[in-house]
Amino acid sequence: MEGFKTLLYKECLRFWKVGFQTVLSPVLNAVLYLLIFGHVLEDHVQPYPGVSYTAFLVPGLVMMTVLQNAFANSSSSLIQSKITGNIVFVLLPPISYREFYAAYVLAAVLRATLCGIGVLLVSLPLTELHFAAPGWIIAFTLMGGAFLGSLGVIAGIWADKFDQLAAFQNFLIMPLTMLSGVFYSIHSLPAVWQGVSHFNPFFFMIDGFRYGFFGVSDVSPWTSFGVVSVCFVVLAAITLQMLARGYKLRA
Amino acid sequence: MIPAIRIAGVTKRFRSLQALAGVDLEVAQGEFFGLLGPNGAGKTTLISSLAGLARPDSGTLEVMGHDVVKDYRAARLALGVVPQELVFDPFFSVREMLKIQSGYFGIRNNDDWIDEILHHLDLTGKAGANMRMLSGGMKRRALVAQALVHRPPVIVLDEPTAGVDVELRQGLWQFIRKLNQDGHTIVLTTHYLEEAETLCGRIAMLKAGRVVALDTTANLLQRFASHTLRVSLAEPITLAGPLAGKLLRAEGNTLEFGFDAFDEVADLLAGVRTCGGKVMDMVLGKPDMEQVFVGIMNQN
Ligand SMILES: Nc1ncnc2c1ncn2[C@@H]1O[C@H](COP(=O)(O)OP(=O)(O)OP(=O)(O)O)[C@@H](O)[C@H]1O
Ligand SMILES: [Mg+2]
Repeated sequence: MEGFKTLLYKECLRFWKVGFQTVLSPVLNAVLYLLIFGHVLEDHVQPYPGVSYTAFLVPGLVMMTVLQNAFANSSSSLIQSKITGNIVFVLLPPISYREFYAAYVLAAVLRATLCGIGVLLVSLPLTELHFAAPGWIIAFTLMGGAFLGSLGVIAGIWADKFDQLAAFQNFLIMPLTMLSGVFYSIHSLPAVWQGVSHFNPFFFMIDGFRYGFFGVSDVSPWTSFGVVSVCFVVLAAITLQMLARGYKLRA
Repeated sequence: MIPAIRIAGVTKRFRSLQALAGVDLEVAQGEFFGLLGPNGAGKTTLISSLAGLARPDSGTLEVMGHDVVKDYRAARLALGVVPQELVFDPFFSVREMLKIQSGYFGIRNNDDWIDEILHHLDLTGKAGANMRMLSGGMKRRALVAQALVHRPPVIVLDEPTAGVDVELRQGLWQFIRKLNQDGHTIVLTTHYLEEAETLCGRIAMLKAGRVVALDTTANLLQRFASHTLRVSLAEPITLAGPLAGKLLRAEGNTLEFGFDAFDEVADLLAGVRTCGGKVMDMVLGKPDMEQVFVGIMNQN
């Protein structure tokens, strides 16, 4: 237990020491999106009745920030440790692969939550927000963060070089988030693309998260949470299996 | 008594390369043990297998009686490893890193011991410095410190003195010797053979993943090394009789003879004179580990 706690502490300290890059800059990014898209589209798009476009956009951006930073935290920490070789400091002590997994994923969730709160706080003065069902907001933050944190563990262990990690990020994470309905409601899409969206777990994370604010969503939050939970459990099982076998960590 | 380290039938392949080809080895508690071998012999691979960083294809490894796979927690608690590669975490200072490392091993308040380690490794002044700011030799000593935070009964050092200056090397060995006297088992790999000779009570030599020699340092020296007499002659000579049997090496006009007792020196010189040799210069040498090493490696 002490080993897990220390690893979690170390992982948090690691991103906190470079908080400018790991927390502030993602918040700034999200706010720029909000200002630009909000300004351009405010008067042209109204996704839900009675909800302004900027207000609609905020939860999507918060969730996007949560997801991207959860992934970034575990993946970049692991690949850096692997490339510099200091991963041995974590592999030599009596830390089980479960503790290892829990520490990396939890640290990712913590950074993601911090970034998400940052975006939310900065957005508050810019638009009028409701918190229809805060429980769902918290649930989707944690579950989405854990899912992407776990995906980050896989990517960080699998990638041997930074450009492989960048490929993972640019060809998988980015498209899936962008196409998940951060900037639009899928009801505005043609039927075919609506169907396709239902195969994207990110869509359910953002849709369910948005329900927590407006009490309105494209699908029921229970359905979304179910889908996201199942996806997480499957992914966690795969990641734990990788760690148990020592894939790319223990030669 | 349970051996500090027990290695039985360990093999390991990296694709087509047989890095370990069936290694059996036992190190008793309290030993100062040397693991020698040329580059690529498999020393680091063996250590990695012991530490759980590599997974052998077959065989078993135990630290203080704990299987390194089945009972990995107890095995790792009993083992401190100084890795060969000069690795460090650029995010932390020396003290932060040692505290974190203590936590990984389940130790919460370790400041007194950390202070002591820092003192012995001459790092007290650098405790607050970021790891990036240390020189190569200091980073190496920080690695030693890291391996010791949990006071492991068994300490494995993979070339701990590479890049460490003479004075600090002495200091480091003094500290390691003290740990050994306090009961810690030490396993050491090094390419400085005279270090191994003076420090290690027993030595194993590895070649191409196999143990090719395993004995006490004294026995190895006795069996594979002798005193040497090197003479430089004015002109080349042809050796006759028993003299030829004593010749170890010949390079141009320089001949090297081996002998066991000093009264043989007079006979050797007399023999050279009989063959018509005129001695211009001569050097006596003690038996040393280098002779043993070269002898064993050439034999196999
Ligand atoms: N991860 C790996 N993948 C492929 N081959 C490896 C790997 N690690 C070691 N080897 C190979 O296994 C052999 C033994 O290497 P090892 O590092 O154990 O040697 P060593 O005795 O420690 O050598 P040195 O004195 O140079 O440190 C070498 O031929 C090496 O190239
Ligand atoms: Mg080596």
